[in-house]
Amino acid sequence: MENFKVLTMAEMMANGEKPEVLFWVGCAGSFDDRAKKVTKAIAKILHATGVKFAVLGTEESCSGDPAKRAGNEFLFQMQAMNNIMILNGYEVTKIVTGCPHCFNTLKNEYPSLGGNYEVLHHSQLLQQLIDTGKLKVAGGTFKGKKIVFHDPCYLGRANNEYEAPRSVIQKLDIYLTEMKRSKANGLCCGAGGAQMFKEPENGVKDINVERAEEALQTDPDVIAVGCPFCNTMMTDGVKNFNKEDKVQVKDIAELIAEAIDIK
Amino acid sequence: MISSILFTILLVIGVILFTKKIREVIRNIQLGRKLDLSDRSSERWATMARVALGQSKMGSRPVAAFFHVLIYVGFIIINIEVIEIIIDGVFGTHRVLSFMGGLYDVLIGSFEFLAIGVLAACFVFLSRRNIIKLRRFHMREMTKWPKSDANIILFTEILLMSAFLIMNACDYQLQMMGAEHYSRATGIVGAFPVSSMLLPMISGMSVDSLIILERSCWWFHIIGILAFLNYVPYSKHFHILLAFPNTYYSKLTPKGEFTNMESVTNEVKLMMDPTAAVPAVDPNAAPQRFGAKDVKDLTWKQLMDSYSCTECGRCTSSCPANLTGKLLSPRKIMMDTRDRLEEVGKNIDQHGADHDDGKSLLGNYITEEELWACTTCNACTEACPVNIDPLSIIVEMRRYLVMEQSSAPTELNGMFTKIENNGAPWQFSPADRMNWANED
Repeated sequence: MENFKVLTMAEMMANGEKPEVLFWVGCAGSFDDRAKKVTKAIAKILHATGVKFAVLGTEESCSGDPAKRAGNEFLFQMQAMNNIMILNGYEVTKIVTGCPHCFNTLKNEYPSLGGNYEVLHHSQLLQQLIDTGKLKVAGGTFKGKKIVFHDPCYLGRANNEYEAPRSVIQKLDIYLTEMKRSKANGLCCGAGGAQMFKEPENGVKDINVERAEEALQTDPDVIAVGCPFCNTMMTDGVKNFNKEDKVQVKDIAELIAEAIDIK
Repeated sequence: MISSILFTILLVIGVILFTKKIREVIRNIQLGRKLDLSDRSSERWATMARVALGQSKMGSRPVAAFFHVLIYVGFIIINIEVIEIIIDGVFGTHRVLSFMGGLYDVLIGSFEFLAIGVLAACFVFLSRRNIIKLRRFHMREMTKWPKSDANIILFTEILLMSAFLIMNACDYQLQMMGAEHYSRATGIVGAFPVSSMLLPMISGMSVDSLIILERSCWWFHIIGILAFLNYVPYSKHFHILLAFPNTYYSKLTPKGEFTNMESVTNEVKLMMDPTAAVPAVDPNAAPQRFGAKDVKDLTWKQLMDSYSCTECGRCTSSCPANLTGKLLSPRKIMMDTRDRLEEVGKNIDQHGADHDDGKSLLGNYITEEELWACTTCNACTEACPVNIDPLSIIVEMRRYLVMEQSSAPTELNGMFTKIENNGAPWQFSPADRMNWANED
């Protein structure tokens, strides 16, 4: 990063320090060019708000989510137990993730395998930072824009979190609108359950096209997302309608970081 | 006297047949794998009260919810009337509960309003299915029987309610005519706000014909109810009973939390540390397969789910895969599970417990293409008004395909290999994980 160095757990431990929170970056956040921008936005916000954080860096490995949803329980548990060994080794207690799939897996499926942590999705941490006054957001570059939020399945239905992302982006003085299917009735982007990694089965339409169409019907300036997979799917969906010049697809962390120009 | 004996015999036969079928259903459900759901009982009672009794999940579709509540309340309250019918039938009394006086009038009067409400709802539901032809009632899995099943139930309810109202109208007329056995010195017994409107149709009839009509309706009503009782366990209408236990045993953990397979945990622990202490395996126990190929590989709760399904299709109409034309339909998963379970049950009855008919749920009923279309988004479990979980069955079958058959789509096998080799579902070196922090 330009203005600060992101520390790994190993580096912090070597300095005899402990972070307040571990930032679990996730595979998409580490390797996907689009998702990397979201990762950087989250890191910038954490740094700017004085949250002492660290990442696992090269010690991080896939949470096992796509393997588990695809039915490969062996691979999932191998991944989970290796990750738990590392997390417990560093005595991690609090984790924030930029991916609802990692969030769900770490929060719900790691405990019975020996991994017990307080796990937050980045929208929840952002809300906490706003609530405690550490993150001050009022208006900014998106002020007055029309934004529609697409609920990630693994944040919304899977874990009942519909309000945190909405309340965070509402701080930008934007006009928040809803799709016909939203919150508990939200339509999947099409990537969950390991669909991200395969071609869809035969049908009449791609799911992301259906969902992007619904989002575009609200005539938004920005489609806000909270998941790297949704980000990819919605971006492709918008392109399918040749609307990429008019409608942006952005993660809520990017919206916050850009709106108030956090560096 | 003869009618009392005849009635008692019919009642006993009706109840015996019903009990026999229920025992068969319980036996079938118990073919499933063990699962301990004896925890969190206060939460479970609360869920049942909210979701089954209070129908909290119906409201997302207000038209259906309104008319469904009419039928539901009508069904429950009119059953109080059935108690009286049974006592009258066994002992040859007439309107035995009328000693309640004013309260009785209120009860009978409200039954009449409910009966007309149920009639209206049945007509609305019939038209939604057969005239408006709502899409979710005409999908691929809605073959001949599921369609007729729904219509049979609605027609039966219309006949039962009509018989009930005609019976009351005749009774009222007979009371006013001072007919023996019907009229009382104390005046009119019961209140007939709805059926009194039928009086012009029967005003010219003699006491004898009125009695014949009243008795026919009475017999039709009670025989109809006994027949209906025995029809229910064969029908999608079974939900009227199973909604209660099924919501009691709802999944209480977050929807996104999938079960961690204990058998796998033990093996993984041994792989990571050969000295790990894992529970000893009973050498005599038959090895359990990973995941589910047939109904016996599912848990008893998943099997109960299948009997609780009323095939309303809310799951399927909210399923992203189905909405975009894929083969997957969560409702079909539930219907297939029930059909196969009934088949396995019949096999046991006819050929004994160890009979193998060479068929299985996966393959003969559900195809791999359906299973791989699922995005595990939980729209189906959210939509189900009785908390059925089709997703868990889909995942259990994927587990079988992957861990027993190595039969995942090629791209997914590739994804598995990448996670195994480089700790990410894409082909990147783990050494590059921190690159984002050093790029602009």
